[in-house]
Amino acid sequence: MSSRRSRISEEEITELISKLQSLLPETRRRGASRASAAKVLKETCNYIKSLHREVDDLSDRLSELMATMDVDSAQAEIVRSLFRS
Amino acid sequence: MESKSSTTGNRDNPNRNLHGSKTMMASHFLRALFRIQQTSTSSSSAGRSRRIRRAAYASMAYSAGTRRAWSRALLRKLRSRARLRFPRRLSRAATPQRRDMDQAQVLRKLVPGGPSMDDCKLLEETADYIRFLTTQVRLMQTVMDSISS
Repeated sequence: MSSRRSRISEEEITELISKLQSLLPETRRRGASRASAAKVLKETCNYIKSLHREVDDLSDRLSELMATMDVDSAQAEIVRSLFRS
Repeated sequence: MESKSSTTGNRDNPNRNLHGSKTMMASHFLRALFRIQQTSTSSSSAGRSRRIRRAAYASMAYSAGTRRAWSRALLRKLRSRARLRFPRRLSRAATPQRRDMDQAQVLRKLVPGGPSMDDCKLLEETADYIRFLTTQVRLMQTVMDSISS
């Protein structure tokens, strides 16, 4: 790999790391300054794991709710509130 | 399906893709929920929960379509009826290209299609995956709030 090629890749990777950082909840809260690539990756992994857990948790809770509630009648309200957000 | 227009050019704006996808995601997920409710009146809450979880990842993947590696990987898994597990066991480890990207190995197990991505692609796909995941989570929260109110 020529040195010119690896310099471009460096910039690209730095840019992408920065973009990732802007998606992390910590950054949104405190507007953190640029963190190291390793730190951003670590927090990204933790964030994705917590999102996966949230999907699991919400699936459980929805399942319990649906046993007693009616999804169909709530649909119009749901779609409406989604368009509001 | 209209998409929000933006005063700043939105060709590179990732949120442009997301808005149209949000609508698809919601309608797909709601239809799936309705089907699940109709067809699982006697089954266990755990079984229903698994179906809902599957529907969540399905609506994410279908709304993202085939333009992303992560959604293509998810769609493949869903169609093969394979279990959806995160993190995956890496069968073929991609070689880390930079020393501070070692943590990328962990990330590869978490993002669908991760193992076959180089570092650069992994970062792009991860950002997109996170956007869709957070949208799906918010959608599920909204549905919950609506049903339980």
